[in-house]
Amino acid sequence: MPQLSMRDALNQALHQEMARDERVIVLGEDVSGGAGGSSGEREASGGIFGVTKGLLPRFGEQRVIDTPISESAIIGAAAGAALAGLRPVAELMFADFVGVCLDQIYNQIAKFRYMFGGRSTCPVVIRMAMGAGMNMGPQHSQSIYAMLTAVPGLKVVVPSNARDAKGLLIEAIRDDDPVAFFEHKALYPRKGEVPEEAYTIPFGEAALVREGEDVTVVALARMVSFAEKAIDALAKEGISCDLIDPRTTSPLDIDTIVESVEGTGRLVIVDESPPRGSFAADVASMVAERAFGALKRPIIQVTPPHTPVPFAPALERLYVPGPPRIEAAIRQALAQAA
Amino acid sequence: MTEALALSPQRLRHAYRQMKLIRDFEERLHVEIATGEIPGFTHLYAGQEAVAVGVCEQLGDADYIVSTHRGHGHCIAKGCDVLGMMKEIYGRRDGLCKGKGGSMHIADMTKGMLGANAIVGGGPPIAVGAAIACKIRGNRNVSVAFGGDGSANQGTVFEAMNMAVVLKVPAIFVMENNGYSEHTGAAYAIGSCDLAGRARGFGMPAECIDGADFFAVYDAMGRAVERAHRGEGPSTIEAAITRFYGHFEGDPQNYRAKDEVARHRESMDCLKRFRARAEADRLVAASDLDAIDAEVAELIDRSVREARAAPPPVEADLYTDVYIQY
Repeated sequence: MPQLSMRDALNQALHQEMARDERVIVLGEDVSGGAGGSSGEREASGGIFGVTKGLLPRFGEQRVIDTPISESAIIGAAAGAALAGLRPVAELMFADFVGVCLDQIYNQIAKFRYMFGGRSTCPVVIRMAMGAGMNMGPQHSQSIYAMLTAVPGLKVVVPSNARDAKGLLIEAIRDDDPVAFFEHKALYPRKGEVPEEAYTIPFGEAALVREGEDVTVVALARMVSFAEKAIDALAKEGISCDLIDPRTTSPLDIDTIVESVEGTGRLVIVDESPPRGSFAADVASMVAERAFGALKRPIIQVTPPHTPVPFAPALERLYVPGPPRIEAAIRQALAQAA
Repeated sequence: MTEALALSPQRLRHAYRQMKLIRDFEERLHVEIATGEIPGFTHLYAGQEAVAVGVCEQLGDADYIVSTHRGHGHCIAKGCDVLGMMKEIYGRRDGLCKGKGGSMHIADMTKGMLGANAIVGGGPPIAVGAAIACKIRGNRNVSVAFGGDGSANQGTVFEAMNMAVVLKVPAIFVMENNGYSEHTGAAYAIGSCDLAGRARGFGMPAECIDGADFFAVYDAMGRAVERAHRGEGPSTIEAAITRFYGHFEGDPQNYRAKDEVARHRESMDCLKRFRARAEADRLVAASDLDAIDAEVAELIDRSVREARAAPPPVEADLYTDVYIQY
């Protein structure tokens, strides 16, 4: 099977879906780049992260739309185009920019269907890059999926690898509901086996990345690979873990998590977003409600501190939960009560 | 382009009926809201009817509009069913939006009515998106963003205007300057006092018209639609207008001079102005307009009667229509 980076896997998904369905359009800042520039090179970037490369030459300016830096207008335009029958994929560049256009996402797109009595569809995909680790500072590094997970009417996708990213993006584009699609920047170059043909991965179905008996570990996005490292290190000591990657936070496959916890009695949740009102807190509360009796030890949440993402490499390394912290949390979950 | 004065008597009767329907709908709501039977809060469009109707008489079901919190007039002008609208405002299960949206969120996709919108300035970006769809389909249709002088201070409106110019899409921005952003006068809140000038600054034509004159609105809209059909992109129309009621029902309107509304009802009543013009230019017989008045009054009576008798939503409705599939 071909090895593709997550960037190329996402790019392939966009190519395949735009070829398959002419209602699919792509819009955003610099999705091709170069418009109005002095070099005359019309596709100067193909997206700031290269995910939309090659779409403009293949599908043309009507369907691959470079926009001004106007996030509210980008997301609003995607909303209106979707109500009018298109299937827009809007690129927001950095997930942090949700702050500029939140109204269009949570007051408009997320609520249309409900407030219009089920008589509208708004099949928008909002793609955005998230995550710390590249020294991009407090306004270009956040992982804000928890914020959008809290909004009824939105679906929220947070892939952890190239193969899932492609299948989930195609699913998102074909889905008739609006979808917020988070791509971790550190995963863009990460390669994995990706089938050539188009395929979908259903929302609300977690992936069981590792199977074990002692501890249930839940992790998302970049945290999945960190958890794998920690779990593989502990395996040498005979400790085995279930590692569950929910892949989508809304809908959330809580059943798979609860089922695992009922077997292990121990839960560690690894989340790159700050701890308050977080994905980790959300999962912890649901497990506490549904499987409290199965828990042998308190639930452990491994998250960054309640701070913005710092710039300095020395601080950012401390901010992001890494494999050693995850390993320590798993050991703590296994420790006997004093 | 057919100018308004050259419209057939049938088309003119239709335009008058639409304006009258909006007026009676709103005047009746003013009465019914006072009874306490209608939940929530409501923003009436009475006084501005010629704008909605002058614009929408140039449109068909395949054209799009995006409206505002003061949206009943736009909905009616675009062809939404008044019985369904009244039920929606009463919070009834068979309202146009099943009672889940209410006064500020009435929509009907089958009529190209993409929703009233309770966020000031929320609509124009959405209208630009619908205009992108129109352009991809060959500029045969247009997309209209209604907004007021209040929304003219929201950045989203300017993002939308600039993007419409850059992408050269068939969007038309109709700015209804009724003189007040909620309780604050436009003379205070609009730095330049010139909405059309702001639109021109983005590189599109913008004309200022008398919003109480159906004929002027219709003709200005015709020019904007023609430009859009030619593929030349967006236009703006600034309509000077007044509202006959407060920002919302129950607004004591302490910010308006005591006689302001009465004066405007004399000089800026689009229905009186239409009748006078129709009579002077022998466009439609006064008896025809009288007959319309009677028919509309009966329809509004019926809408209230049916809305009051209609059942509210049931518990199961709370959970549906959030997602298509989840």
